[in-house]
Amino acid sequence: MLVDIADLRVTFATRTGTFEAVRGVSMRIGTEKLGIVGESGSGKSLTARSLMRLLPANARLSAERLTFDGIDVLNADERTMRTIRGRRAGFILQDPKYSLNPVMTIGRQVAEAWRTHKGGGRREAEEAAADLLDQVRIRDPRHVMGLYPHEVSGGMGQRVMIAMMLAPDPELLIADEPTSALDATVQAEILRLMEDLVTRRGMGLILISHDLPLVSHFCDRVAVMYAGRVVETLAAGELARARHPYTRGLLDCLPSLTHPRERLPVLARDAAWLQP
Amino acid sequence: MSVAFTRDWLLAETPASRAQAAWGRRYRAWLGLRANPLAMIGLAVVVAFVLLALAASLLATHDPGAQDLANRLARPSAAHWLGTDELGRDIYSRILHGGRVTLGMVIAVVVLVAPLGLAVGCVAGYFGGLVDRVLMRVTDVFLAFPRLILALAFVAALKPGVESAILAIALTAWPPYARLARAETMTVRNSDFIAACRLTGAAPARIVLRHVAPLCVPSLVVRITLDMSSIIITAASLGFLGMGAQPPSPEWGAMIATAKRFIFEQWWVPTGPGIAIMLASLAFNFLGDGLRDVLDPKQR
Amino acid sequence: MTASPMIDVDRLRVSFGDKEVVKGVSFRVPAGECFGLVGESGSGKSTVLRALSGLNGAWSGRIAVAGAEVGPKRHRAFFRKVQMVFQDPYGSLHPRQTIDRILSEPLLVHGLGDVERRVAATLAEVALPAAVRFRFPHQLSGGQRQRVAIARALIAEPEVLLLDEPTSALDVSVQAEILNLLADLRRQRRLTYVLVSHNLAVVAHLCARIGVMLGGEMVEELSAEDLRAGRAQHPHTRELRTLSVGLEEV
Ligand SMILES: Nc1ncnc2c1ncn2[C@@H]1O[C@H](COP(=O)(O)OP(=O)(O)OP(=O)(O)O)[C@@H](O)[C@H]1O
Ligand SMILES: Nc1ncnc2c1ncn2[C@@H]1O[C@H](COP(=O)(O)OP(=O)(O)OP(=O)(O)O)[C@@H](O)[C@H]1O
Ligand SMILES: [Mg+2]
Ligand SMILES: [Mg+2]
Repeated sequence: MLVDIADLRVTFATRTGTFEAVRGVSMRIGTEKLGIVGESGSGKSLTARSLMRLLPANARLSAERLTFDGIDVLNADERTMRTIRGRRAGFILQDPKYSLNPVMTIGRQVAEAWRTHKGGGRREAEEAAADLLDQVRIRDPRHVMGLYPHEVSGGMGQRVMIAMMLAPDPELLIADEPTSALDATVQAEILRLMEDLVTRRGMGLILISHDLPLVSHFCDRVAVMYAGRVVETLAAGELARARHPYTRGLLDCLPSLTHPRERLPVLARDAAWLQP
Repeated sequence: MSVAFTRDWLLAETPASRAQAAWGRRYRAWLGLRANPLAMIGLAVVVAFVLLALAASLLATHDPGAQDLANRLARPSAAHWLGTDELGRDIYSRILHGGRVTLGMVIAVVVLVAPLGLAVGCVAGYFGGLVDRVLMRVTDVFLAFPRLILALAFVAALKPGVESAILAIALTAWPPYARLARAETMTVRNSDFIAACRLTGAAPARIVLRHVAPLCVPSLVVRITLDMSSIIITAASLGFLGMGAQPPSPEWGAMIATAKRFIFEQWWVPTGPGIAIMLASLAFNFLGDGLRDVLDPKQR
Repeated sequence: MTASPMIDVDRLRVSFGDKEVVKGVSFRVPAGECFGLVGESGSGKSTVLRALSGLNGAWSGRIAVAGAEVGPKRHRAFFRKVQMVFQDPYGSLHPRQTIDRILSEPLLVHGLGDVERRVAATLAEVALPAAVRFRFPHQLSGGQRQRVAIARALIAEPEVLLLDEPTSALDVSVQAEILNLLADLRRQRRLTYVLVSHNLAVVAHLCARIGVMLGGEMVEELSAEDLRAGRAQHPHTRELRTLSVGLEEV
C-alpha cells in the first residue's frame, strides 16, 4: 500500500471551542487512481494536506495510522517529510494563481522547480521547463515562459502548476481541483497525461474534485466526502448505483446539455447525514 | 445609542452596526497583542520610556546641563545614581532629559519617513512605466549616497540643530521604505481585487490610498521598528560631528559618542545611555513584530 | 431585433505586445438576453470581457453599450452600467476589507446615498446571511465569496453583467445555487449577461445564444437548442460537445 490512512482527524481550535473538520477518514491507496469528491468545506483538501503534513498552524492532526510507503507520517521528522513533499509525492494545490509568484516569470518558476529536484545548469533547466509546458499542452511554450502569472489565462495558470509538479517524477500525485478552470478538450488532455503517468510509471494518484461524473469516468475508485467523513466509496462507473442521498443530490444538481431544465434542484441537507 | 463597551458587545460574532464591528476588530487586535508576551514587554518599555521622558524635569535629580568640574567622571553613588560624565554632569538626569530629544527625534523621523516612503513606493508600483522609472531613479540617487554623508551635507546646508538633523535623517531614510512599498504594490497591482476596484470607477488616487497602501503597511511597520536603532545611531553620529543636537542639550547618541574614550576606565559613562538605546530599540522591535501579526486579519 | 442591442461588439482586436490574442471578434447581445462565450483555454474569452469592461484599453474595433459607442477610456457613469464578476472568488475580494466595506465602496465612488440599506438589501438579494456583513473574505467559503462578488457587481444597479467563469471554482451544489440566482436576477432586473465558461452545460443552461472561440477568433455562433441537438458546424464545437455529453452519460 502506498498510502494507508486510518481514522484521520483534523481539529481546529477556535474562539468558541474546537471544530472538527475531518472526522475519522480511513482509506488505503495503491498504485491506482482514487477520486475524492464532495462539496466545498467537506474536508477534501485537509485530508490530502494531512498526508503531507501541510496543515495550517492552528490545526491539530491525529490518526490511528497515517503512512506513506511505510513511512509513519505522524511521527516522521521534518527532514523525512521534506523528501516526501515535492520529491516522492507531488501536490498540485488549489488556487493556481495564488500559488504562483506574481513577480517571477512562468519560465523561471518552472525551471526553478525542476532544478531543485534534478540539479543541472540553467540552460538545461530552461529546456526541461519548455518541454514540461509542452507536455501540459501549452501552445508556444517559449513565449509563455516569458510571461508573468497575471499575463496567462486561468486555465494556463492551472497547467503551469501541473507542469511544476511533474518535474520531479513523483510516486504519488495529489491533484487538488487540477482541471476546474479548463475546457473539455484541455481537461481531457491533462487527464490523459496523468493517466499515462500512472500506468507508465506505476504512480498513485489522488484526484480531488467536485465534478462527480468527471471523477468517476477517470478514476478507479471514488470516495464521496460530506462534513469531514467519507459517506460512500464507489467503484468507477458505478455512479449510477450510488445509494447515499448526498451523492444522488450532487449528481442531480448538475446542469445537463442533453436534458435541459428550467431550474436546477439544490441540495437539501439532512442532519442524519452527519451521523456515521 | 447608549451602548456600553462590554466584552460581549465587543466580541459579538454578528455585530449590529459598523461601529460595533470596528470596535470589535480593535478589541480583538488588542487581545491578539495581549496574547503576545514579547509585544507586551515592548509596549510596556516604550510607554515607560515616553512617560519617563515626559516627566524628566520631575524625576531628574540634577540640572542636566549643570557642570561640576571638581566631580568629573565620578562613580555611581548616592548623589549621582549613574555617576557623572567628563564635565561632571549627572548621567541619570541627562538620560532622562536625553530621552526627550532622542525619542522625539526618532518619532519625528518616523512620522516624516513612513508616509513619504509609502506614497512614493505605492505610486511607483501602481502606475509603473515612466512614473515608476523616474521615481525609482530618484530613490536610487538617495540610496547610492552613504547615509551619514548625505545627512551631513543637508545639515551643513541648513543650520545645525535638532530640526535639521530630523529633516536630514528623514531625507536619507525613506528610500528603503519606498522600495519595500513598491515591491508589495507590484505583487497586488495585477490582482483581481484591484481590477474590481478599478471597475467601480474609482479614481487612481483613491485606489492607491484606500486599497493598495493599507496592504503595504504591515511590512513597513516591521521594517521601521527594525530601523529605529539605526536612526538613533545616525542621530548620534550627527550629534558627534556637531551637526545634530547642540551641546549642552543631552542626547543619548551624542552621550555615547563623547563617552567612547572612557569605555575602559570609566565604563559607567557610556553604559547608561547605551542600555537606554538598546532597550528602546529592542522594545520597538518586539512591539513592531507583534503589531505586524495583529495588523494582518488573515492570521491563519 | 427591433431596438439597438445592449452590447454590440464589432471586429474587436486585442494585442499584448506583438502577440494578437483576439483577432476580430463580433457579436451582439439584445437587452435582457444572455450571451455565452465558450472555447479553449487561452482562446481569449477573458480578454474579450476585460476589453468590454474597460479594464484593458489596448484594443481596436468598435464596442457600443446601450447604443452609445465607448472608447478605451470610460467615464464613471459607464461603470454604473456595466459590471464584471471575476473567475476566481479567492482572488477578487480585497483580503483586508470587510464585506461591508467591499460592498459600500461602489456606492461611495458613485455618490449613492443610503449605503446602510442598500448593502443590507443586496446581501439579502444574493441570499447571504446578514451575519457575514462584517466578516473578512477569508472567513467565508468559496461559494459565499462568489455571492459577495456578485453582490458587489449588483449594488450600483448595473444593466449589464459580465461573468467570467462565475462557477468554475465552486462545487456543483453551490454552482446550482449560483446559476439559479443568476437566472432569477436576470428576470427580476432585466439584466443583460455575457457569460464566459468552459462548461457547455452551464452556458447552455443560462444562455440562448452561444459563441465558440478558438485561437482568438469566434469560429461559430449558434443557439443553445442547436448546440443541444448537435447541429454544430465547426469541428471544435462538435468536439467540445462530444466530450461534454460523454461525461454526462454516467
Ligand atoms: N485555517 C483554518 N482554520 C479554521 N478552519 C479551517 C481552516 N482551514 C480549513 N478550515 C475548515 O476546514 C473545513 C474543510 O476545509 P477543506 O479546505 O478541506 O475543504 P475542501 O473540501 O477542500 O473544500 P473546497 O472544495 O472548497 O476546497 C472547512 O469547513 C474549513 O472552513
Ligand atoms: N496581460 C497580458 N499580457 C500578455 N499576454 C496576455 C495578457 N493577458 C492575457 N494574455 C494572453 O492572452 C491569451 C488569452 O488569454 P485569456 O485570459 O483571454 O484566455 P481565456 O480564453 O480566458 O482562457 P481560460 O479559459 O484559460 O481562462 C493567452 O494566451 C494569454 O497568455
Ligand atoms: Mg479544497
Ligand atoms: Mg479566462
